[in-house]
Amino acid sequence: MADARIEILGRIRRSLVDRPAAPAVPRDYDVTRPVDDLAALFAERVADYRAKVSQVTAKKLPAAIEAALRARDAGSVVVPADLPASWCVNGFDWQIDDPPLGVEALDEVHGVLTGCAVAIAETGTIVLDAGPTQGRRALTLVPDYHLCVVRAKQIVGTVPEALAALDPVRPLTFISGPSATSDIELNRVEGVHGPRNLEVLLVT
Amino acid sequence: MARNPVTWLGSPTFPRAAAEALRDPQLRRNLRHATHTIRNKRANAVAELPDWERLRLAGEAIKNDVLFHLDTYLEKLEAAVTARGGVVHWARDAAEANAIVLRLTREAGAREVVKVKSMATAEIGLNEALEAAGVGVVETDLAELIVQLGHDRPSHILVPAIHRNRAEIREIFAREVPGAPPDLTDAPAALAEVAREHLRRKFLSATVAISGANFAVADTGSVVVLESEGNGRMCLTLPQTLITVMGLEKVLPTWRDLEVFLQLLPRSSTAERMNPYTSIWTGVTPGDGPQAFHLVLLDNGRTATLADPVGRAALRCIRCSACLNVCPVYERTGGAAYGSVYPGPIGAILTPLLAEAPEDKHVASLPYASSLCGACFEVCPVRIDIPSVLVHLRAEVVAAKGNRTPEAVGMAALAWIFGSSRRYEAAQKAGALARYLGHDGTISRLPWPGSKWTVSRDAPAPAKESFRAWWRRTRG
Repeated sequence: MADARIEILGRIRRSLVDRPAAPAVPRDYDVTRPVDDLAALFAERVADYRAKVSQVTAKKLPAAIEAALRARDAGSVVVPADLPASWCVNGFDWQIDDPPLGVEALDEVHGVLTGCAVAIAETGTIVLDAGPTQGRRALTLVPDYHLCVVRAKQIVGTVPEALAALDPVRPLTFISGPSATSDIELNRVEGVHGPRNLEVLLVT
Repeated sequence: MARNPVTWLGSPTFPRAAAEALRDPQLRRNLRHATHTIRNKRANAVAELPDWERLRLAGEAIKNDVLFHLDTYLEKLEAAVTARGGVVHWARDAAEANAIVLRLTREAGAREVVKVKSMATAEIGLNEALEAAGVGVVETDLAELIVQLGHDRPSHILVPAIHRNRAEIREIFAREVPGAPPDLTDAPAALAEVAREHLRRKFLSATVAISGANFAVADTGSVVVLESEGNGRMCLTLPQTLITVMGLEKVLPTWRDLEVFLQLLPRSSTAERMNPYTSIWTGVTPGDGPQAFHLVLLDNGRTATLADPVGRAALRCIRCSACLNVCPVYERTGGAAYGSVYPGPIGAILTPLLAEAPEDKHVASLPYASSLCGACFEVCPVRIDIPSVLVHLRAEVVAAKGNRTPEAVGMAALAWIFGSSRRYEAAQKAGALARYLGHDGTISRLPWPGSKWTVSRDAPAPAKESFRAWWRRTRG
């Protein structure tokens, strides 16, 4: 094992006898771009992936959660342990992931409700970092319906802005629309292994 | 040294395989439809970013920096992954990588593994190696599954089953998937549903997963996988043990560099603003995801490629497959004709570079699988000048043949003719006679050895009078 490492590093050094100088990386690409209304752009781009998006006020959020779950007939919903109590409205079977639920249990619930870490307007992306209101990665993966609360102040404009706001060593998941595939004739079809339904409640 | 398995053993040379592929009208229709769909979508996705060209330049520069300091960045990556609870392994070639993965799988007590689509593991023939040792392999990417169930070979980097249309996929699923509904239609959504049902149990019960990697960040130890279906997330999250096989050149220096590649890759490959899912993990996170993580760093011809000052540009490749989708040759012959895990323009350079088998006729034919039109260079997100590398590799093929071949003798004769204006003009006069072979200004059949050229193309008939003769006659 150790020999493979030494040998490969030795091969690299021999292959680079010319050791060309690498010119400085030109960083003149756009880190940010002017956008009038980040929330509107985010909503439009998420909807482009055929995810459902609704804009709500903070006050009306619990009612919007209830309406979304009712519309999907989602009776049992898994949630991370630190979700705000006001999100867990009456009338549903809330399954709290503490102690952690097994995959079979996650497979049986109707949906999952979480917040997010960051959202990217330009690409319509939600980023989860397993931080507050998000739980571990399996929660948002196994259930077939993901209801995600995004606060307007969590939205950044571009991919570079999002990466700068994230902690690299946390487990990160970038979600852009529901699970999809382009594998049949290179056309995008929604719904394979990940949640086939993504719904976003955008709190403005 | 063991023969590098990038190519499929016994593959015919490209011209022979291409002639065969061109006789299949269904294949040509499927490929034309798919490549034209994605071409237009990509153009739109790219046009949306005003700084696209600047991103390409940054992507090229970052990758060059990686290659020129590959030893430094790999050592940093190893240290960062190890510090976060991962285990790093080094593999000189395919056999060594396969042996490491097999040993780790056995140590984890698994008799079956789930797999995320990965070019590196296809390159080393990992599935075959594991199966030969009695370990079952379940490909979970939809297109890989279509290829696996169809007992077929992949023909595209991103969409290995691009040569199959929906009706053919329906046939394969109806025949091969136990429990596929008898009234299965060829609607893509219905076909995706079959894959979901088929793989669901496998995901929920798997203990070992194997993946590739799109990127790994040296300064943080973070590994990145981009995907669409969620099969990647399933493999990267649910099993207890994760084994990632990554080509050495996939390392990036810093976290910030991802801001370039997470824009370049999705728009170039699936032509989307962003692919549905991107997973990034760093070592092991207690209570979340696999509790054992192994990263296998694969050489398999990469360090040898690095030694070629022209060819090393191919190591910048991020496997987006944009060059396949715009290539007029690929569009007509399909991927199978290349006889390699890496088809298309990038395959025509990467295969000979990795394979290290200049004496192999099939490998030597690949740099000629191009009209040098340059479309591949224009779309390449990391600006690999594929036509220049093709010409460089053609020169190597010719040099390897020595100076006694008909081509070398012919070129030497040409050099002699070009060396004197008298000889040059005499040759022009003689050549002008060839116009009698032509019809309407083109020659479609030359006598041997010219027949080797005209078998697949027309030659323009030479003019009756050369420019020099005309000049002398009218201005002299």
